[in-house]
Amino acid sequence: MYRYDSQDQRVVDERVAQFRDQTRRFLAGQLSEEEFRPLRLRNGLYIQRHAPMLRVAIPYGLLAARQLRMLAHIARTYDRDYGHFTTRQNIQYNWPALERVPDILADLATVQMHAIQTSGNCIRNVTSDQLAGISPDELADPRPYCEIIRQWSTFHPEFSYLPRKFKIAVTGAQRDRTAAQIHDIGLQIVDNAAGERGFRVYVGGGLGRTPMIGEVIREFLPEADLLTYLEAILRIYNRNGRRDNIHKARIKILLKAWGRAAFAEAVEAEWARRDSDALRLPADEVARVAAHFALPAYAPEAVADRLDPALESDPDFARWYARNTLPHKVPGYRAVHVGLKSPGRPPGDATAGEMDLIADLAERYSFGELRVTHHQNLLLADVRLADLPALWQTLRAHDLAYPNVGTLTDMIACPGLDFCALANAGSIDVAHQIQSRFEDLDYLYDLGELRLNLSGCMNACGHHHVGHIGILGVDKKGEEWYQIQIGGSSENSASLGKVLGPSVPKEQVAEVIARLLTVYLELREEGERFLDTCRRVGIEPFRERVYAELEVAA
Amino acid sequence: MSGALLHVEGRVLDADGWGRIADDAVLPEGPVLVSRVRWQAMREALIARAAPVGVLLLPDEPVEEIAADLPHLACVALHFPGPGEGRPYSAARLLRGRYDYRGEIRAVGEVLIDQVHFLKRSGFDVLALRADQDVPAALAALRTFSVHYQPGADEALPLYRRRAAS
Repeated sequence: MYRYDSQDQRVVDERVAQFRDQTRRFLAGQLSEEEFRPLRLRNGLYIQRHAPMLRVAIPYGLLAARQLRMLAHIARTYDRDYGHFTTRQNIQYNWPALERVPDILADLATVQMHAIQTSGNCIRNVTSDQLAGISPDELADPRPYCEIIRQWSTFHPEFSYLPRKFKIAVTGAQRDRTAAQIHDIGLQIVDNAAGERGFRVYVGGGLGRTPMIGEVIREFLPEADLLTYLEAILRIYNRNGRRDNIHKARIKILLKAWGRAAFAEAVEAEWARRDSDALRLPADEVARVAAHFALPAYAPEAVADRLDPALESDPDFARWYARNTLPHKVPGYRAVHVGLKSPGRPPGDATAGEMDLIADLAERYSFGELRVTHHQNLLLADVRLADLPALWQTLRAHDLAYPNVGTLTDMIACPGLDFCALANAGSIDVAHQIQSRFEDLDYLYDLGELRLNLSGCMNACGHHHVGHIGILGVDKKGEEWYQIQIGGSSENSASLGKVLGPSVPKEQVAEVIARLLTVYLELREEGERFLDTCRRVGIEPFRERVYAELEVAA
Repeated sequence: MSGALLHVEGRVLDADGWGRIADDAVLPEGPVLVSRVRWQAMREALIARAAPVGVLLLPDEPVEEIAADLPHLACVALHFPGPGEGRPYSAARLLRGRYDYRGEIRAVGEVLIDQVHFLKRSGFDVLALRADQDVPAALAALRTFSVHYQPGADEALPLYRRRAAS
């Protein structure tokens, strides 16, 4: 992984000092709440329902074991012994004391971590593919580009006061696992006909109140022009994005208002008029950063590893292997999910003790690194086949091997009303309701790949628009109700879900899902996922069944 | 009432004559800062004056509108209606980089301590702080960061090109 040199370290250390001073001025009454707000936000610090919430950056989801131990230390020392991993591969703490946040940042800086630009109207943490570097379907490792973008976007002088937040994702695989098309900018690594490396550039995706799928504004951007072109897009946005209405301020609104062609033309014109090529990426800089992501020293003898006896003799192990591990491009290795979606667990949460344990496992079995996935699990990316049985035993003993990855109950969920000041309705208790209704794993496996996404409000942190099944919490006269939508996806052929009908009361959410699934099982054709059936038959058959005899307020 | 004038090189300037003049006010002797509207209405007369003239641009007034006039302007003041306003940073970058403007670029309006670092790097040279801002703290804030990843007014090359050299 990328290791800071003395200059990278200085940036982070100086940031700690800056935020310590800003916090001091706020507590001394020299900064008003209104003036402190944007300062703390661009450091990931929100004021939530019960306490501040601190979002710590995990650049493109990659963690060293010692960094995860530090996250555990922070949970234990400054918070309530746990953290929540997010869809953008970061971690959130729900209970830190404001005055101790500078100390948290100082602790993070000792392991080359920070909370820079994890919120606020600036360029956020760059996200990527949790299978970067190891996936058989990958053209190139996206992480070097992510790190180059991270550095470029850190305290960018021109783009630190954007109209609204700005999210970038980079994928290098055939199958997009980064939700690139629902980012402000999504970059897909491609090669052109001449075999040169570059990017397909998507702009204008995003969820929230006005969900939109990004559009391609350039089919091929040469690698060397990555940053010069990003500057052109950001300048067009910074100058022209709406600032009069927070709900219309994202770049997606500008792109839609101008139209894709006019927007692309404006970017190209801006780019053509750039005053300097200083930001063109030299090949040696790409190589310098890429060297940090060199593949680990895989054991050549792993090729001969065989799991057949264990898979045949132990159905539990076989089930976990089939669900929670993934193919690796190196023979003899698998990528292993550390599941954070077992029944009763708030989706994406891990305790300090679990983080320490997982850090130990990463060191023992996976070259000392791990990743945070977009679906809010952790991943040990480089585990030898021969080590899988022992790893599984340990994970299982600690409730980290529940074999539901990729199934209905491997859901994305925001913290919801329990923590978030913005939420209209609970997420965690609905997640528990669904987990306990759908405990039959064989039934889940029969349903196949299913993405359930749950948000507690229209800000859509739980990505409900792009769930195969999406659930949105709404407030109805002080009561928590849930709108159901189906047919969304954030993968290659991204689509937004369609709302099924009137929202339903909290206690009926699991029942509604059960009815949706029954319709699917009746209608599906050979090989169809829930999403495919939805796309083929439309929402009507689902709507009819769900609302038949279901008590729903008008 | 505006506050201290800071030069981004780290010093406090004496109050100068660059006061903003209302569009219907009689022009005083000496340097004047006029609105873009007045500049365009009275361009010839303002150029004919012996004293220096500057134009104040609001965030929604693009620099392109005065680009051709820059040789006549001793100062371009960019207005911050609030501390979260971001357009003047791009305006300053364009004035310096695209139009090669070498006159003064001044930040006026809601200019607070925690913006000065970004302002300096974007090409501003004089910062008219809001009246309540602590001057020593603002001077210190100019030195918040000693390493910059991006090129900027204070650094021609991105860090990665300098890393290679060091």
